[in-house]
Amino acid sequence: MVKKEMIAMLLAGGQGSRLGVLTTKVAKPAVSFGGKYRIIDFPLSNCINSGIDTVGVLTQYQPLRLNSHIGIGIPWDLDRNIGGVSVLPPYEKSANTEWYTGTANAIFQNIDYIDSFNPDYVLILSGDHIYKMDYEVMLDFHKENNAAATIAVMPVPWEEASRFGIMITDENRQIVDFEEKPKNPRSNLASMGIYIFNWSVLKAALLANKSQPNLDFGMHVIPYVHENKEPLFAYEFRGYWKDVGTLSSYWEANMELIDLVPEFNLYEEYWKVYTDSKILAPQYVGEKGVAEKSIVGEGSSIYGEIYNSVIGCNVTIEEGAVVRDSIIMNNSTIGADTRINKSVIAEDVVIGSNVVIGVGEEVPNETHPHIYNQGLVCVGEKSVIPNGVTIGKNSVISGITTLEDYPDNTMASGKSLIKVGE
Amino acid sequence: MRAIGIILAGGSSYRMKVLAQNRAVSAMPVAGSYRAIDFALSNMSNSGIQSVLVMTQYNGRSLNEHLSSSKWWDFGRKQGGLKVLTPVITADNPNWYRGTADAMYQAMWDLKQSHEPYVIIASGDCVYKMDYNKVLDYHIKKKAEITVVCKEMPEDANLERYGVIRMDDECRITEFVEKPIAQSGKQISCGIYVLRRRLLIELLEQCAEEGRYDFVRDVLVRYKDTKKIYGYKFSEYWSNIASVQDYYDTNMDFLKKEMRDYFFKTYPDIYTKVEDMAPAKFNAGSKVRNSLVASGCIVNGNVENSVIFKKVYVGNNVTIKNSIILNDVYIGDNTYIENCIVESRDTIRANTTLIGEPGEIKLVMNDNDSHV
Repeated sequence: MVKKEMIAMLLAGGQGSRLGVLTTKVAKPAVSFGGKYRIIDFPLSNCINSGIDTVGVLTQYQPLRLNSHIGIGIPWDLDRNIGGVSVLPPYEKSANTEWYTGTANAIFQNIDYIDSFNPDYVLILSGDHIYKMDYEVMLDFHKENNAAATIAVMPVPWEEASRFGIMITDENRQIVDFEEKPKNPRSNLASMGIYIFNWSVLKAALLANKSQPNLDFGMHVIPYVHENKEPLFAYEFRGYWKDVGTLSSYWEANMELIDLVPEFNLYEEYWKVYTDSKILAPQYVGEKGVAEKSIVGEGSSIYGEIYNSVIGCNVTIEEGAVVRDSIIMNNSTIGADTRINKSVIAEDVVIGSNVVIGVGEEVPNETHPHIYNQGLVCVGEKSVIPNGVTIGKNSVISGITTLEDYPDNTMASGKSLIKVGE
Repeated sequence: MRAIGIILAGGSSYRMKVLAQNRAVSAMPVAGSYRAIDFALSNMSNSGIQSVLVMTQYNGRSLNEHLSSSKWWDFGRKQGGLKVLTPVITADNPNWYRGTADAMYQAMWDLKQSHEPYVIIASGDCVYKMDYNKVLDYHIKKKAEITVVCKEMPEDANLERYGVIRMDDECRITEFVEKPIAQSGKQISCGIYVLRRRLLIELLEQCAEEGRYDFVRDVLVRYKDTKKIYGYKFSEYWSNIASVQDYYDTNMDFLKKEMRDYFFKTYPDIYTKVEDMAPAKFNAGSKVRNSLVASGCIVNGNVENSVIFKKVYVGNNVTIKNSIILNDVYIGDNTYIENCIVESRDTIRANTTLIGEPGEIKLVMNDNDSHV
């Protein structure tokens, strides 16, 4: 008989549109992070490090990169005879076929998967946070309190509390009330979107609400469970936890990794973060290369200079190039004598020589000022930038661009140049 | 591929000095993130060989750990795959491997169970990229009984630890001298052989009956006039890690761009066990020139013309020049290291000076075992 005490369901179907062109072709959980990792590596590594060996990954938006990254779960030791990792896309049914219309709807559509492991508890995770968390400790808390559901919460600064789902608890951490993005928050405990449910409770709630459009955990399932007077508890987490949902928070979280002793430390002996390492060769720094305050992934060659940067795997920085305060993802090439400031360069990008990126005055982006801001330049995957052009701040480039796209060899600050799909 | 692979990985070498105290030569770390046996294993995998036997005997801990899962070389199979064979004491056999032929003889059960018509034999301590299919095609075209891969060495090379070969115009081997005292040619054997599986079984059984145990001395040298043994000339990079100087030179070769392009950026790839190290980290003030720095390293000081293996910590105000630092070494502040090989898992205390000479590389092996 198959029996797992707790299995995890990892919501990885979202686009993450606030990451701009980084998620044109890949779902947010598959976006590179920290040189060699992808965002989903963090919750997946947490699972295996917490002793959870059965994980359902719910995919929907642009799943190719995610599917090939997860494979059969070898990098996380999730290739198991019973359990292991399963990728769960939406599927056709004899009636009422639909996409995953909400976080809880995605779980509802996979009740059979969960039932097949006969679990006592189900852990709900999302694929867009950077953190190290022992879910087993959270489960112990859940059991001690005889909770029906436990919600992981984090204290946030009071002035920011109105941006989150806020839990109001009593002295025993039992949740008495909650409010979504309150104007006048009564607590500063923000939900992290991590839940442990007794499977019987969750299943009943999903079935009772199955006709609710866009069935969502925060909006529908938690209120339903609360109304039924089931005990809900808040598990307070006091470690590093970073939402990387926006381009600027994504950039900041990457930059924090290069601190002398970063708050989120990848070099710890226990609680390793695992990823699918395809490139194995060591990193090389050339005769005239400089690497300072930077992390560099496998197989990369630094012939130029890098400062305050996060460099992925198999990247080439040619001689004379100077990269500052930037993220350069896997397989990209930066040409000779090119200068790059405060940019996010996605995978498989080719940047020519004598290019200057991220200079000039700060002008808000013309098309998506809420995405491309704080002076960041974003270059989408597989883009090409020709030799000798100058590119301003708060700008975005995606696709194969040629000199004709740059009048006077220049792209001013705040411009968007999207050529994908041509 | 119509061949099984055999990798001879049991050997030690007194020329490796203290480096061989910790591991078999085949398990020596190479080029920052690999081990010597990765090259033969990857070549076999990339040549489409489905089943590989690895013969180990001497000091196998590192090697066994490295081979504990065969999935990294894509040998995690139901059919075939990777088998690590150690000497097994049985009622009929009270012996360790007494030589390379004896090692293969002790694997007779596996040899007889296979159905592939050919065998590719390689040693686990050489660094090269080779498509064994080409050697096999040559073997068949030449109607050879045994094919030996050989390489022309430079005029000034010292060949006294190699098998030196003379061939006629047809590349048939006419002379095979093992470890010659006097220089007698410049073609040497790379320790890679192709022959029919049935013939190998026959030769091994013959050897065993006669109490002979060495494949080179008792098969190749002894049978060179009666069997058609041909040489296959290999002209790409090939290096055998048999002495400290070879080991040092081979690692330093990877500082050349054309070497890295050939091994790391040209199809097919070389595979190794994945160890989940964080990206290499260069802190403020670090100065790295012409060096390989593998993942898991944290560098604060200066590194020049050196190969730094995985998970090495380089402290402040440290200088490392023309040196090799093996895996998981901690180097304390204000240390100076030149022309050295620092053994794995070592701890170099702060303010240490370690200097070797070019051609006389200093081996650093402390007993301050673990710093964690």
